[in-house]
Amino acid sequence: MDFDNIRQKALAVWDNLKHSTIPVIYFGAASCGRAAGIMEVKETARQVLTKLNIEAELIDVGCLGPCYYEPLVYIQKPGAQPICYSNVSSKKIEGLLRSYLEGGDANEALAIGVLGDKGIGNIPPLFEHPDMKRQKRIVMKNCGIIDPTNLDHYIARDGYSALKTIITMEPGEVIDEVSRSGLRGRGGAGFPAGRKWDSCRNSPGEPKYVVCNADEGDPGAFMDRSILEGDPHAVIEGMIIAAYSVGATKGYIYVRAEYPLAVEHLNHAIAITRARGILGNNILGTDFCFDLEIFQGAGAFVCGESTALVLSIEGKRGMPKPLPRPRTTQKGILDKPTLLNNVKTFAYVPQIINNGAQWFANIGTKKSAGTAVFALTGKIAKGGLIEVPMGTHLREIIFDIGGGIPDDKKFKAVQTGGPSGGCIPAQFLDTPVDYEELAKLDSIMGSGGMVILDEDSCMVDIAKFFTNFTQAESCGKCTPCREGTQVMLEKLTDITKGTGKLEDIGILEDLGEVIIDSSICGLGQSAPNPVLTTIKYFRDEYEAHIKEKRCAAKVCKELFHYVIDKETCIGCGLCAKNCPIDVISGEKKQPYKIDNDKCIKCGICYSVCPKKVLAVTKVDSYVSGEGGDE
Amino acid sequence: MEKESTIEVDSFIKELISSESMDQTKTIEILQLVQQKYGYISREIVTSISRHLRKPEIEIMGIATFYEQFRFNKPGDHTIKVCEGTACHVKGGAAIGQVLERELGIGPGETTDDGIFGLDRVACLGCCALAPVIVVDENAYGYCTPANIRDILNSYREED
Repeated sequence: MDFDNIRQKALAVWDNLKHSTIPVIYFGAASCGRAAGIMEVKETARQVLTKLNIEAELIDVGCLGPCYYEPLVYIQKPGAQPICYSNVSSKKIEGLLRSYLEGGDANEALAIGVLGDKGIGNIPPLFEHPDMKRQKRIVMKNCGIIDPTNLDHYIARDGYSALKTIITMEPGEVIDEVSRSGLRGRGGAGFPAGRKWDSCRNSPGEPKYVVCNADEGDPGAFMDRSILEGDPHAVIEGMIIAAYSVGATKGYIYVRAEYPLAVEHLNHAIAITRARGILGNNILGTDFCFDLEIFQGAGAFVCGESTALVLSIEGKRGMPKPLPRPRTTQKGILDKPTLLNNVKTFAYVPQIINNGAQWFANIGTKKSAGTAVFALTGKIAKGGLIEVPMGTHLREIIFDIGGGIPDDKKFKAVQTGGPSGGCIPAQFLDTPVDYEELAKLDSIMGSGGMVILDEDSCMVDIAKFFTNFTQAESCGKCTPCREGTQVMLEKLTDITKGTGKLEDIGILEDLGEVIIDSSICGLGQSAPNPVLTTIKYFRDEYEAHIKEKRCAAKVCKELFHYVIDKETCIGCGLCAKNCPIDVISGEKKQPYKIDNDKCIKCGICYSVCPKKVLAVTKVDSYVSGEGGDE
Repeated sequence: MEKESTIEVDSFIKELISSESMDQTKTIEILQLVQQKYGYISREIVTSISRHLRKPEIEIMGIATFYEQFRFNKPGDHTIKVCEGTACHVKGGAAIGQVLERELGIGPGETTDDGIFGLDRVACLGCCALAPVIVVDENAYGYCTPANIRDILNSYREED
């Protein structure tokens, strides 16, 4: 069947779904939605529908982005567009289905928007919702909208049209188009995609490989997972286009084994595209052949580095190769030219072809075209996945889209780029986000993790957290990274324990520079960033830990202890009942007391003390005050 | 491992390597498939892979220990994964890990004496909005506190 027929059929399938004569209920069933309990909600919905004797179609879609609204359910009544409901628990779903499908009451209070261009009653279109309208969805276009296991859905929304377009073009023309769009690699470093493709195309050697780096190992980042789960075909189409352009015949998707749903959806997508003649031999009836295989990464952060990733695909330990070495585009897998791009880089390509290079170049900033996808997490009211034009200011992302800091706490810093990035303090909130601007602040764009820190976050602890990570993930091949991160971690641990010395700060700074200058790969070259930026912007916190043995945020366990306030304690005994080592004593209705010599500071008493009471408090151990016994 | 099971393991690995025409470039995949079946990588498994793949044991071990995914202890009936991602960390994930270690009396990568629980730390589970998160088997628990960990554990203890 030729592509026009495939597309006609797909359009009919999509049209039938959107104009279904029976209700259609969509469930946000990416892994985040599943963690929030969507599968239970779906099962309850099925039972309720049977009970009400309503025939309906139930469809799993990917992640729309706003995690704080999960579980998300959209209900489409015949003749109407789907209404999106937030925080739908198993308890809520019955009422929703009953009142809307049986009664016709759209439950406006629970709805966040209509998935379409028109509102229903007082419910506005979803993408005009204040959290959504500042965003621009390109790479997330289909996420949460289509069933990722249904190829027709993808095709009906212009899927594989770009492939159809380029397959009659000269490969060089396709690369020119990608170059003109200004697309830069979304893995973090921002290398121009077109130049990389060109280099691979011009490198001698057969066969050539195209590899998608989906080894999203950044702690605190889940952009790639969401796209692989919610719109796997976009990545595959981008890869096929890349393969055609550089002359590759074989491809790998290197995906984390910790992402089972992404692996499942990719496997399904590969099988179905192969069956329809879109992947494999003689793609769309032409002479062009390209096939894909999934490689499940076994968990090594350093494998995000191109030379390490290649070794891993060859079944070896993923240890980066030192310079001077040929580029991966010249000698990659089995020493053949290999094009390696991130998930999002590939996923942008089909739309760049469909809408033209200029369309993409016009979005974002002059040097950083297009959009950026961020996983907004940490101390943020509305955490989740967002997509904004490059150049959007941090303040707009954090406060307007993310809703600011919960519980009236004060913003302290935003951490971008994960373990390779830095912490940006409040005075730079008006920085536009792109590759160059973040680099000026000694942070990096990274692949899109954005962790918000508030007054309760300790910056030394954050530096220690990331150093602990890079130290553990360092492959050990080069000394500066292996030994350097170890020493940095020791110094940071001393400081958080109150046993650090003032000169440790200087040692950390000097050592950081050495590690950056002399490590052989990106892991080591960026590992000191979290330490150096926190020293640069929060030196006072380091000094307070060292000089006063005080952790202002009361995160560092050695520097504070728990005390029960005699005045506020109502004597309910919850703390004593829950204490795992029984060191809280007291009589009911009398104030309780913690034996601080024996307390292990697990924090259980602190978390069980009733919200209205909050008698358990954290007190600096080395400063005057009750219980300051040292 | 007992003698019979060693023979069974060996024939499984032999079959896997020959039928799928696996070569040395597939070492990681072989380890993944074997771990999927037996739950962990035992000494016998390494010996067997080495023999059938014609690759020194030390290289197999080198690869297996390099990657976080492989474990070398028998897993528990229930596997608990504690997320150590950034979002979980800033929301108190470290305390959750410590409470679990103390409640179970084991460290990461270990299994309780009664064989009910195995404990693992993972870099990021990718459901940061629910932080702090632990996953028991396939079930994710969001917004964990040091206090509700016991209830979660007990729900699995009662089940058995």
